[in-house]
Amino acid sequence: MSEPRHFRRILWIWLVVSVVATLLVVLVAAPGLPPGKSSAEGTGQVVDNTVLLGISTPIAVAIFVYFAYALIAFRHRGPELEEGVAIRGNNRVQITWIVVTSAIVLFAAVYGTIRLLNNGSGGGQGSDPIAKPSGNPLQIQVIAQQWAFTYRFPSFGGVETAHLELPVDRDVELHVTSLDAIHSFWAHDLGVKADANPGVDNVAYVRPTETRSFDIRCAELCGLWHGHMFDTGEVVSDGAFLAWIRGQQRIFAPATAQLPPYRTRYEPDPQRRAG
Amino acid sequence: MGSLGVKLAGIVIAVAIVAVTITLYISHYLRSPTPFTAAQTGPQRASLVLGTTPAAGSLGGSKSWVSYLVRENGHWDRTTVFDVPAHSLVHVTIYNFDGKSGLRNPFLSQVQGTVGRTELIDGKATDVINPDDASHTFTVPELGISVPLQGVEDDAKNQCPEMPCSLKQAHTTMTFTFRTGKPGRYRWQCFVPCAAGFIDGFAGPMQTIGYMDGFVHVI
Repeated sequence: MSEPRHFRRILWIWLVVSVVATLLVVLVAAPGLPPGKSSAEGTGQVVDNTVLLGISTPIAVAIFVYFAYALIAFRHRGPELEEGVAIRGNNRVQITWIVVTSAIVLFAAVYGTIRLLNNGSGGGQGSDPIAKPSGNPLQIQVIAQQWAFTYRFPSFGGVETAHLELPVDRDVELHVTSLDAIHSFWAHDLGVKADANPGVDNVAYVRPTETRSFDIRCAELCGLWHGHMFDTGEVVSDGAFLAWIRGQQRIFAPATAQLPPYRTRYEPDPQRRAG
Repeated sequence: MGSLGVKLAGIVIAVAIVAVTITLYISHYLRSPTPFTAAQTGPQRASLVLGTTPAAGSLGGSKSWVSYLVRENGHWDRTTVFDVPAHSLVHVTIYNFDGKSGLRNPFLSQVQGTVGRTELIDGKATDVINPDDASHTFTVPELGISVPLQGVEDDAKNQCPEMPCSLKQAHTTMTFTFRTGKPGRYRWQCFVPCAAGFIDGFAGPMQTIGYMDGFVHVI
């Protein structure tokens, strides 16, 4: 009995399973993955994850199909084991492997670079960001300290608030910094995350696209109450935001009078008791 | 009973003693610091009297560490876990025997979350203090409460270097009232970097429940 064409069989099985699995992943599973579509950055991350999953699904299928096929087709059935034919290399396989993997890696690099340059993908870009939105974004400073985030609004008299509200459908420019240890500002529902380091101005952009509440967490282990360093923010209409920030200006007028002038970074003087 | 029986009995007793000791130690560790229940002063009303000191002194733990304490019947106890009734007004008095350290974030110099957004400092109503004059804060972030504590003047006479302190010694007195809501466990902390001798003033007692951090149990 002649040996069946294993490679061709594997190829056909892989092709069929890949088409079905990729369609299921891209059209059904991936669109529902975090962070969701509550901001332009979040939507972009869902698209990116969908593209990457769409690429990796046929690769994963190839591994599983070959694994299953080998278990079934190449299972030893005879009475005794015999040494197989020695494999001394296969130019076609090697070239195909190099070309395909190089193409995938190059695509991922180019795609990732383009996406990052597009809007920063919600990540911290340092003090001199490359990917800036056009127009006039709302500037908000995120101030981290052990163990709370506070928020300062330079275009509203430099008022500082204990909670964060954002206007919907408007670009927001977050200046993330810290007064003491290293922290990380992570509004995961909005797909924005930026390290908060003392003496550093780390800029990230976000454009919320729907009104909702969102969670804020510190994503950098920062001491005893790191696990409690969270807050709930709100994305509200433009009018509601203006009403809220005016109210905050009124409520926190006494504290605002005590604040230093707005700066993109703070390096507090050593406290008297601090060692 | 033969010698074997005596040996076995000795081993059993020794194992039992070790097991009980370990159990008591773990139990004590899990329950410490012991919660202090705010005194009921009326329907939906309670009172809590606290103190802050530059050093815990003879009241136990790390004697040189800055600490919050509770005061009951004229005595100080070192605990930072407070039980307060839900849906109630809690009146808090804090005797501060510590000096001025200064706030790292002046935003916290304003009183937040108390009834009337105010506190009394030595009987005088105020809603904000000079950030450099802050000795400590009593802040419960999840309840939106933050109260700065005015420090004792550097040149004040008869200062108390460590507990137990007498109310005849130099101190400032802060009083305020906050309203509790639903039951829950809320962490509180001091936001002034007041841990002398530690890097950035924020290690040691600032990172240890029982000194400058704790819980408010709303029950």
